[in-house]
Amino acid sequence: MVPVLVVWLALCLSGTWAVDRSNFKTCDQSSFCKRQRALKPGESPYRALLETMELTNTRLTLQLINDNNKVRLLLELYRLQGNMTRVKINELKPLKPRYEVPDVLVREPPTEPLSVLSQDENGVVLSLGVESQRVIVSAQPFRLDIVEGHNVLMSLNSRGLLAFEHLRMRKDTQAEPEAENKEEADTAHQAETTKEEEEKVEEGMWEETFKSHSDSKPNGPSAVSLDFSLPGVEHVYGIPEHADTLRLKTTDNGDPYRLYNLDVFQYELYNPMALYGAVPVMLAHNTQRTTGIFWLNAAETWVDISSNTAGKTVFGKMLDYVQGSSETPQTDVRWISESGIIDVFIMLGPTPKDIFSQYASLTGTQSFPPLSSLGYHQCRWNYNDQEDVRSVDAGFDEHDIPYDFIWLDIEHTDGKRYFTWDPHKFASPKDMLQGLKDKKRNMVAIVDPHIKVDSNYKIHNEIRSRGFYVKNKDGGDYEGWCWPGNAGYPDFTQPDMRAWWASMFSYDQYEGSMDNLYTWNDMNEPSVFNGPEVTMHKDAVHGSWEHRDVHNLYGLYVHRATMEGLIQRSGGVERPFVLTRAFFAGSQRYGAVWTGDNAAEWDHLKISIPMCLSLGLVGISFCGADVGGFFKSPSPELLVRWYQTGAYQPFFRAHAHLDTPRREPWLFGPENTALIREVIRQRYTFLPYWYQLFYHAYRTGEPVMRALWVEYPQDPATFAVDDEFLIGRDLLVHPVTEEGARGVTAFLPGKEEVWFDIHTFQKHNGAQNLYIPVTMSSIPVFQRGGSIIPRKLRVRRSSACMEHDPYTLFVALNTRRTAEGELYIDDGHTFNFDNKEFIHRRLFFSNNVLSSVNVAPEAQFTTKSWIERVVILGASKPRKVTLITAGKLKTAVCNKENKVFNVGCSFQVVLSVLHEQCLKEAPVFRVKIYFALFLFADGHKSQLDFDFDASVSVLTIRKPSMNAGEDWSMALQ
Amino acid sequence: MFWYLLLLWGGISAVEVQRPRGVPLSKRPFYEENKPFTCLDGSRTIPFDRINDDYCDCQDGSDEPGTAACPNGNFHCTNAGFRPTFIPSSHVNDGICDCCDATDEYNSGAECQNTCRELWRKEKESMQKLAEIAKEGFLLKQQLIQEAKRGLEEKQTKLGEVQNSKKDLETNVEALRTAKEAAEQPEKEAKERHLKAWEEQNAAIRMEKDKVRMAEVFIELDADGDGFVSVAELLSHSEMDPDSSDGSFTEAEAQELLGGVDKVNTAAFETIWSKIREKYVSESNTDGPAPVETPQEEVREPVSDNDSEPYPDDDIPEEEDEDEDEDEDEDMDDGDYKSPPVTRTDEKKDDSEEGAMPPYDQETQNLIDAAQKARNEFEEAERALREVDDQIRNLEKEISFDFGPSSEFAYLYSQCYELTTGEYVYRLCPFNRVSQKPKYGGSETNLGTWGKWAGPEGNVYSVMKYEQGTGCWQGPNRSTTVKLTCGKETVVTSTSEPSRCEYLMEFTSPAVCQEAPDLEVSDIHEEL
Repeated sequence: MVPVLVVWLALCLSGTWAVDRSNFKTCDQSSFCKRQRALKPGESPYRALLETMELTNTRLTLQLINDNNKVRLLLELYRLQGNMTRVKINELKPLKPRYEVPDVLVREPPTEPLSVLSQDENGVVLSLGVESQRVIVSAQPFRLDIVEGHNVLMSLNSRGLLAFEHLRMRKDTQAEPEAENKEEADTAHQAETTKEEEEKVEEGMWEETFKSHSDSKPNGPSAVSLDFSLPGVEHVYGIPEHADTLRLKTTDNGDPYRLYNLDVFQYELYNPMALYGAVPVMLAHNTQRTTGIFWLNAAETWVDISSNTAGKTVFGKMLDYVQGSSETPQTDVRWISESGIIDVFIMLGPTPKDIFSQYASLTGTQSFPPLSSLGYHQCRWNYNDQEDVRSVDAGFDEHDIPYDFIWLDIEHTDGKRYFTWDPHKFASPKDMLQGLKDKKRNMVAIVDPHIKVDSNYKIHNEIRSRGFYVKNKDGGDYEGWCWPGNAGYPDFTQPDMRAWWASMFSYDQYEGSMDNLYTWNDMNEPSVFNGPEVTMHKDAVHGSWEHRDVHNLYGLYVHRATMEGLIQRSGGVERPFVLTRAFFAGSQRYGAVWTGDNAAEWDHLKISIPMCLSLGLVGISFCGADVGGFFKSPSPELLVRWYQTGAYQPFFRAHAHLDTPRREPWLFGPENTALIREVIRQRYTFLPYWYQLFYHAYRTGEPVMRALWVEYPQDPATFAVDDEFLIGRDLLVHPVTEEGARGVTAFLPGKEEVWFDIHTFQKHNGAQNLYIPVTMSSIPVFQRGGSIIPRKLRVRRSSACMEHDPYTLFVALNTRRTAEGELYIDDGHTFNFDNKEFIHRRLFFSNNVLSSVNVAPEAQFTTKSWIERVVILGASKPRKVTLITAGKLKTAVCNKENKVFNVGCSFQVVLSVLHEQCLKEAPVFRVKIYFALFLFADGHKSQLDFDFDASVSVLTIRKPSMNAGEDWSMALQ
Repeated sequence: MFWYLLLLWGGISAVEVQRPRGVPLSKRPFYEENKPFTCLDGSRTIPFDRINDDYCDCQDGSDEPGTAACPNGNFHCTNAGFRPTFIPSSHVNDGICDCCDATDEYNSGAECQNTCRELWRKEKESMQKLAEIAKEGFLLKQQLIQEAKRGLEEKQTKLGEVQNSKKDLETNVEALRTAKEAAEQPEKEAKERHLKAWEEQNAAIRMEKDKVRMAEVFIELDADGDGFVSVAELLSHSEMDPDSSDGSFTEAEAQELLGGVDKVNTAAFETIWSKIREKYVSESNTDGPAPVETPQEEVREPVSDNDSEPYPDDDIPEEEDEDEDEDEDEDMDDGDYKSPPVTRTDEKKDDSEEGAMPPYDQETQNLIDAAQKARNEFEEAERALREVDDQIRNLEKEISFDFGPSSEFAYLYSQCYELTTGEYVYRLCPFNRVSQKPKYGGSETNLGTWGKWAGPEGNVYSVMKYEQGTGCWQGPNRSTTVKLTCGKETVVTSTSEPSRCEYLMEFTSPAVCQEAPDLEVSDIHEEL
């Protein structure tokens, strides 16, 4: 009676909208985590056998021995180019190979020589080359310290929590000796060890059950774990995906942060539970330095964080011992993974941007998305049929709201068979796609990786006959429940499977697809409704590996194969766009991610900021949250605020659950429609800036949406800020995320900085908390003084419609009255930019001269876009403004077809003359409308009209009209 | 820059009235050639050559009627041969053909055809078709209005009649009530007499039984058979302890029970018997008290989703049925005097040995029959009155119902219209309810009951709203919006579910047809 009642109460209290936590494991319920976490610090059994050290040009190897069981490990140490150190630890002679994560590194990282500086019986000191950086290998107990000068930057195994569960035979009977895998000479020792080990066999090592699911664990225990100490560090970041603050919390009083890709239904906020994706990268930061740890392991992983400054006196004492000081703050982290090896990349910065470039050199950068994908995306589960799509599309025009993509969720398929269309609701998909294409718009249709088991379904039959499905532990095709009912899961870890999958996207295979149809991969954790923790059984088999080994990689492979399909269908010409829910380190190379199934709640709006900031720190820039919230229905106020926030986040898509009422932007009354229209239009005006930032992210790995501390690394006030963010370095956004807000307090960083409100042009000093009164139309956004941002103010139906439109340059002057920025232009959708078909210009303002200089003279691209306006914020009034051009224009003008335009006969004559001049290859001219005539400028000088608004010190220069691709300068006198 | 300069000058055709591109004829006077131009909002004045120079000078966008320079501007498509229209400036030269005369794409490279005449032809055709429908529909509508008018008159007449007949009925009910009450009084008295006689007889029987029992108990108590009941013999029956709470039955107490003596004979026992009668437990009857019924363990389980559906899936009875049910219920409840008394005594008397009350004597029975007849007649009259009340209510409801400005929708009342789709049969019963039933078996789902007319202001009777249908999981109650359009036939033409549990039905009816719209065709404009 009592237990029944308790369960019943628990169900009642948990409510409908909370995650059912009992569906997901705690550390205690995950046997390896429990075992590893039970280890006590300061008792490391590992000793380095210095006599086994071998140093080659590229690496150092060394054996480690566990003095308790005599199992030997092999340590490999690499010094990598770009100030990184790689530490690999594996069993010296494992019973069978252990999984090493493939396909995540973009290449085998190039090494630099290591050299021994000194050596004695207790250790070795190696030089890392730069800045007197050294690695100290201590023999007993084994530990590694990376030092620079007198400062320890990072220590490994300093708490002695290195643990490596060696593979072993299952000792079902006493008779079977297990010793042959070991290396000891001393048989007495061996006997002792065996005995010790027997005592250590714990529940969960060889079999584990969770709820009704059992994990057969044929390989037994195989966990690895290592601790890292970070002296002087109080702030650590990264290891997404968690619905938590930007700055990671200590985990002493609860579960560690968990990295295990899971489909979490109605996830809760502010906790360390695993979500859809996992990037095992942590950044550590203080005012002096940023470092990073990349733990390359795709198995279930837990990360513990503790800090001596968080009041942990017990650790504090031990850390004091390590540090020899009681003053320095220190953060200790510890990584625990269920299988695989220890393969860790230590990125030594020292700046945040160095970390981004170091990490990018390992796993690649954000793919450069098609420009259209930076526009607004309209999604819903589901747009019901072609007529529905048509009418929503028409609704955007009717309400004069731009958008680039409309999305179809699972209901568009024929019975959840991906690559097909519902024959009644979507009978002529090409007509629908053509209708969108006629308006220069695009569509995304979902393709999930679970495949309906149905012998009448071509995709299923092909996968089955080619043996491409993941297998269960008994060798049959693994099957689980998902949207279509019983489903198989293709083994995306196999290259030939991925190649086949990619080929399914070709226009002749994917019936009804066209070049403006793109793809969305959902449920690729993978989600298995009836599997343990709603995912695949760990003992399922991918070729020679267990699902346990590859779990966190599955989604990345799905994403990759799909992206490759979209590239291939265009013959390698067009840039793909693929959205994924599951991800891993390296997923940035394949497209966009979103934060999964959030809810229409204010806290979910708030958490979208730290969630995307954390992803940006680990290379994944193309991030967004479902605008409006997926589950439940937002109030109009929440919806408007969410649009205002989402419009300033990289991936801008509204999405809604099937059971929620419709929420297209015009369904909440004219006032709210106007507010939403305004913010989507703002997004479109900034598209040139977003695009240029993505180009940068592609080139450098720097995040597009940026935590403040990245740009202000020496200002501790920025370190924990996650209610506002930077876009690039020049836009500061503090969205309103409080219900009924009358004002927000934005922190404007930088002692030397000034910030201009982009709406009012009001100037504010940096390094202050600024209270900003807000109304429903307010979106506090500031442009940094010292920056130049190109915008396109002629907002049209879609980004493609704006391609040839002119630019307005917003020049915000800093206290030194200078500014700089960039302008990047290409065709917006192909890979031709890789063949130098682009325009990349540097814009700078100093000494009252604004200039545009080509920073990629080797690149070739022509644009019809021109500069229609220059707005200088913080300017003083000039007497005159003179434009000086270098004379590149004539070809652009005279190659046009020979048309005569008139606005009345009196002008026609004049223009004809002018046109003839042009045909005679006259020198490039410039037209000055004010005088109702033209002048031949000879490509040199012309006076420009301007307006000056003294109340806010804004100078608007009217219609300089030079082509965006040419050299020019503009002098204020 | 030449290129951009070129954009400014609108060259449409030589014959066209000269005016800046994108300006409608009506606004031409504001754009006077070679004179300074004042923005239409009056905010500033600019030289004429800044009109359509592809730079936005006026906040209201009025200086750039022919370009995309102003974010809030409008471009006028002349659309010669068709209807002129304005498009947002953002549609000018965006590569998409918007004006049927192709004038919006004069510099985008888009290859737009002039489709105005074709459009006009199509529109004319469809408008003619519509006009025909509207014309016929409008005629039908007039009939409907006449019918409704007649129907209304009939109903009002009927109402008057019924209201009159109600008065007669009321008189009748009162008369019968008096008759009934008159017949019931003697019935009641006769019944009471009969009952009293029976009760007296029962009392005598009970007394006799008690005497027999007393004798039996005496013999039982007189364990030694000496003809006396002694203190000692009494003590063996502890249940007779007068203060049973102290748990001990003392000799003194027993003696007191026996009236202060040590033993009593049969006669003296008679006086004691009344004191111990209730407590005494026969030795032959050793059964303890009946076990207390223990409630079964209640196992509570969370309510499953299915059970939480506030409405059962099966048929919801029509309103009329419900009324009838209620009537029956009432009849069952208020029938005290109708039930024969015999059945009632069964429960009340635990002593069943006394048997049933003997049948009424003939005289009483005659009185009862007479009263029953009066009651039946009264009830009959009352029921008739209720029926008339219902009739009046229904008539009043129908008369006062909002069937449109001329009651043209009255013919839909108490009708139902069905549409069968791939999966379901949808059923619209106007002013009542909308439902959905799976085609191949399964229970019906209520998609909403009549709520209100919900068209936009000025056209309220174009949309019906049905609300509060069966609830949805984690969602609202189902509801249906019915859009009415003019048609000769009264048909449901389509259904859809644009949002979860919010249904949309298209419904044609002559009742929404308007006077033939000849005007619109003439709206087509053939400039010059």
